[in-house]
Amino acid sequence: MEDRTLFINKDKLLAKIKDDHRIADIDLEIVRPGDDVRIMPVKDVIEPRFKNSGGDMFPGFTGDDDMVGSGITKVLAGTAVVTTGEVVGFQEGIIDMSGPGAEYTPFSKTINIVINCEVSQGIKQHIHEEVLRLIGLTAANYIGEAAKDAKAHETRIYEHKPLLEACSLNGGLPIVGYIYMLQSQGLLHDTYVYGVDAKEILPTLISPTEVMDGAIVSGNCVSACDKNTTYFHQNNPIIEELYEKHGKEINFVGTIITNENVTLADKERSSSFTARLAEKIGLEAAIISEEGFGNPDADLIMNCKKLENRGIKTVLITDEFAGRDGASQSLADSTPEADAVVSTGNANETIILPPLEKVIGNDEHADNIAGGFAGSLKEDGSIEVEIQAIIGATNELGFNKLTARGY
Amino acid sequence: MAKIKIVHYLNQFFGQQGGEDKANLPPQKKKGAVGPGTALAGELKDYVDIKATIICGDGFANEKKEQAASQIREYLIELEPDLILAGPAFNAGRYGMACGMVAEIAADLDMPAVVGIYPENPGYEMFSQYGYFIETGDSAASMREALPDIADFIKLYLKREGKPGSPEEANYLPRGIRKNTFADERGAKRAVKMLMAKIKGADYDSEYPMPTFDRVEPAPAIEDLSQAKIALVTSGGIVPNGNPDRIESSSASKYGKYKIADFADLTEDSHETAHGGYDPVFANEDADCVLPVDVLRDLEEEGRIGKLHEYYYSTVGNGTSVANAKVFAREIAQKLLSEGVQAVILTST
Repeated sequence: MEDRTLFINKDKLLAKIKDDHRIADIDLEIVRPGDDVRIMPVKDVIEPRFKNSGGDMFPGFTGDDDMVGSGITKVLAGTAVVTTGEVVGFQEGIIDMSGPGAEYTPFSKTINIVINCEVSQGIKQHIHEEVLRLIGLTAANYIGEAAKDAKAHETRIYEHKPLLEACSLNGGLPIVGYIYMLQSQGLLHDTYVYGVDAKEILPTLISPTEVMDGAIVSGNCVSACDKNTTYFHQNNPIIEELYEKHGKEINFVGTIITNENVTLADKERSSSFTARLAEKIGLEAAIISEEGFGNPDADLIMNCKKLENRGIKTVLITDEFAGRDGASQSLADSTPEADAVVSTGNANETIILPPLEKVIGNDEHADNIAGGFAGSLKEDGSIEVEIQAIIGATNELGFNKLTARGY
Repeated sequence: MAKIKIVHYLNQFFGQQGGEDKANLPPQKKKGAVGPGTALAGELKDYVDIKATIICGDGFANEKKEQAASQIREYLIELEPDLILAGPAFNAGRYGMACGMVAEIAADLDMPAVVGIYPENPGYEMFSQYGYFIETGDSAASMREALPDIADFIKLYLKREGKPGSPEEANYLPRGIRKNTFADERGAKRAVKMLMAKIKGADYDSEYPMPTFDRVEPAPAIEDLSQAKIALVTSGGIVPNGNPDRIESSSASKYGKYKIADFADLTEDSHETAHGGYDPVFANEDADCVLPVDVLRDLEEEGRIGKLHEYYYSTVGNGTSVANAKVFAREIAQKLLSEGVQAVILTST
């Protein structure tokens, strides 16, 4: 780092990440906001961070220490590591650095260090996903190290007290929590907590600062628009906004992570467990965020219903799949208790992405990625897709300003 | 500003052709405004010219839908209106459905449609996405209030060049169409604000109102089953072999009424299912497993029920819209009442 400028030694970085026999080809490029560049299919996005104390980033993967969430964490804000290459599942997405598509993805506003990686032939999809996941995390850590001795331009302090102490503080302020749903449907729809597959967890408490230190890592290929990339976990806007009001208008005491498994028994167990935990820690109100759509709508609605039935007021954040014409019912499940919903937009709405000069990755999958359809990729290189195909377009952590309204 | 051309759709009654006796009147067009159209033309005299009025009997429009639709479509193509006005239909179910059908045809022709309607009219729920539905009272007694509301909307629609804005801004009933827009604040901030409002008990607007649930109170229990006439109604698609009414295997647009007075047992020689949403093997082998005629005959013989109704009603529940299902239910319930049925066994699949 020189003042605010980050320098990357390309060879050193590549040497750090390419030592894996499963990798066939790997390259690195830097793209900036406004560049005439399309990146697709994007697998994950990660923010480079470095921990001066209190463990290492991404515990359970690249981190050595077992716990994070305390100490000093430095952030190379404004940068992001983006992994791309041949498609893994059908649900990787698009980042346009300029043009109309750029409006829909927050990663058109970051300086992206794009790792374009191809794996050896015969590598199974779940292994392919794992290879890219590890490359991304390793690269982010390597780049993050540059912040080690750099001077911070802005300092924020996040305090997370032991529960009893937290609840007795700020007497009179409503005790508020956050129910953080993690995609865990399996088969390329996975999220990891301290390296543990979220399918296997029971709902539990996590400190918001642990989340900032990379305790939650994305391993999933759900639709690009509403998958929580690792970057979104690190920068969870719900946690930030709750902290913003903490001690002034609310007492933000806890975050409960829960999963989105596929069987009914799993859904019932996880939502009941979540509601009980929320009650035990004395929540009066909570925000619930979903990841993905369709099947997890059932988890969202169960969580809402069971919390409300225990007298805990809820606000849900979800996107909508209302059809290309916007005329269908937006969620696969509903309940009258869900009377406070923030919509992050209709993912089925289509957009035409004009051709951009350069494509990093490969645009020939435009017809097949989720949100694409036969004829999505035009001869002139423009792409007509549902915004479902754009990374982070309808992020259900409420990262963006997009919403849908009834007409 | 040049006046726009309007074609107005009315039923036989408001089109001054007659009452229920003229319900089977096929679509016809008349020059200029008729009935409520005349009053509207007065309200909008500087803005619109009602070029023609299409009049169709409510019975015809609902029972010979395809014929009615194709004739109305031809008229609209020929008349090339800038806007189609239908009703007001108030709470008249068949009239509301007909107005909705006209809006659907108009939408298909890329012509804007404005319909006056009472919100509980099934025509609104079923066709709301195809036009701008302006709320009226439930009967023609509210005509005096309805017409100025419709006229105001049309004026606003013209002033805003076809982009009237949200339902709240422009005073039309929500069309159930979701459109993306960028809010002033990010979603997480809006969520925290909404949560604080909810905690305080202050007003807030949910950004996605959950679909409303139509909960029906169960009727009081039958006191003496041995005297009751019981009917069977199913969404499992059981039909006489050959599916005489061509009920669709999915997204049904109709239901059938079939006689079972002569059957003690349904077999593969007599009945089958039209349903496309489940494995039909067993239902085709023995339709009693979906429509239990055999068991009800036993109960009849044992004197535990009075009588099994001689007809059953059947449709397909697979992907069928709530709006369609409501219309079927309303009509079937009315028919069962007039047939003296006291209780119904509903079977689903």
